[in-house]
Amino acid sequence: MAIEIAPRRPGPQVTTHSRDALVATAVTKHFRTDNKTRRAVDDVSLRVGRGEIYGLLGANGSGKSTLIRVFSTLLIPDAGDVRVFDRDVQADELAVKRLINRVSVEASFFKKLSAIENLVYAGRLYGVAPDEAKRKALAILRRLGVDVERVNEPLEKLSRGMQQKVAIARAFLTAPMLLLLDEPTTGLDIRSKREVQTFIRDLRIEHDATIVLTTHDLDEAERLSDRIGILHEGRLVAEGTTDELRARYGAAALEDVFMTATGKRLDEADEPERAK
Amino acid sequence: MISALNGQIGLAYAFVEREIALSKRYWAWEIVWLVYGIVTSLSVAYIGLAAPAISGGQVDEAAVSHFVLYLLVGTIAWRFLGIIFENIGEVIAWERWEGTIEYTFMSPVPRLTHLLGMCGATLVRSVTFSIAILAAVALFVPVDLSKANALSAVVLLAVGALAFIGLGIASASFPLMWTEKGLQMAYIVQAVVLLVSGVYYPVEVLPGWMQLLATISPATYVIRGMRAALMDGADLATLWPEIWPALIVGVLSIPLGLRLFIAVERYAKRTGRLKRSG
Ligand SMILES: Nc1ncnc2c1ncn2[C@@H]1O[C@H](COP(=O)(O)OP(=O)(O)O)[C@@H](O)[C@H]1O
Ligand SMILES: [Mg+2]
Repeated sequence: MAIEIAPRRPGPQVTTHSRDALVATAVTKHFRTDNKTRRAVDDVSLRVGRGEIYGLLGANGSGKSTLIRVFSTLLIPDAGDVRVFDRDVQADELAVKRLINRVSVEASFFKKLSAIENLVYAGRLYGVAPDEAKRKALAILRRLGVDVERVNEPLEKLSRGMQQKVAIARAFLTAPMLLLLDEPTTGLDIRSKREVQTFIRDLRIEHDATIVLTTHDLDEAERLSDRIGILHEGRLVAEGTTDELRARYGAAALEDVFMTATGKRLDEADEPERAK
Repeated sequence: MISALNGQIGLAYAFVEREIALSKRYWAWEIVWLVYGIVTSLSVAYIGLAAPAISGGQVDEAAVSHFVLYLLVGTIAWRFLGIIFENIGEVIAWERWEGTIEYTFMSPVPRLTHLLGMCGATLVRSVTFSIAILAAVALFVPVDLSKANALSAVVLLAVGALAFIGLGIASASFPLMWTEKGLQMAYIVQAVVLLVSGVYYPVEVLPGWMQLLATISPATYVIRGMRAALMDGADLATLWPEIWPALIVGVLSIPLGLRLFIAVERYAKRTGRLKRSG
């Protein structure tokens, strides 16, 4: 069953002729904590074409989530600018918000409300009528292998994997033109991980959804992305298709590309004193 | 234009529906707050009834029932205003705790619509609670509202609600600015307002500096006006001196509170305080 990912109401806010879904130019973001300044994102420029799946690969603390938050209007960058389908995320915030949605590592729901209550609420915020929201949500959840008998239970009773699938349904049901998936499979068991990955890949085939996906899983990056950007200590140190990257670095596997580009192995590159 | 307005009402309604669903799921807590509210009001009413015994003097029956009503109007009107202030003030803190704040802030809902939706939900709650408390108290204590001017009371509560919505919106931004202690600050503000606004006594008994604070608290006017409306049947013309100061607070604090909130939201997005603490 196909899932409508196309714009739900053709209107001025979604009819765009831009061929680029996302253009980030020289984005920099610092954080100050306890009088220490830390550069989370350092002069990142990237361009994601319409219909493309762009994988941001990086260790923990490399700035992936910060970048995603900048793209999704949750953080204002110190420098640089971001355009989503040719609209500036700062100046045209509301229009950009209508075009995007995001799935984060934490599922972020009203824990006592059921999956359906959460989804209907989320739909309403994007102008999706409750009936339509329910219908779409159930269709997506079924495809993700969720037992739809459980959609009326409080969300806190569902497993982490199921919650993450509900989070994915929440993002899809608003038919975003640009979908930001921030480590959508981190912390999931192997089976859920595969189900989520298959779902993303199928969408890729069925629709021209544009997706920016972050991961610290080499295999996932390679499996899902059309192009990969490697993020290291806030900097975009390499970018290209897997083949391009391998050729450029004379490497046999993406793992070796990562090594050469960052000087570290992915599992060693995690920020040491990461608080959470 | 009309359809745009309809759209915004639909968006605002999402928050009302959500809050009602949450109340149902957290029903045990709602019961707690309700019981607290009833018990507080009832205790205060009994203090009134016991006035002759406590003071040891001669207090005639009419004076006692006047005193009881005086206390009850104060406690229930305060509860009404307090719920509004607390609920609106907790808009950020609550969603931080639930972990949903980023999703609310990422959604294509103008901040004004979001906050108006939350105000709608709050009003449903504060009206329900106040009526329930009044009804429960009336079961135990004679409440003589024979002279009450209902229209005056409703107008005063509406004006009070406006003022407290504005103050609530302003203090809702505290937790965005100070992630650790913002909410506590809002509660302290509320406690001080309770002390100086003459909820249980005429403000004239307070020291001069507190009376000064009383003049800037909208609750002072609303509660004094409520007493005049419910106990003496004062009409709107008579109550005008109590209405306009609270109205001014409302008319100023809502747009100012909203501006503050939006400015602080930007600040939070620049400093990364929306979700993370520290
Ligand atoms: N809101 C914030 N406040 C302070 N520091 C932050 C905040 N968000 C991220 N950081 C810091 O920025 C760096 C990058 O974090 P993040 O973008 O979450 O990395 P990733 O998602 O790749 O693991 C880390 O050092 C992290 O501690
Ligand atoms: Mg992250």
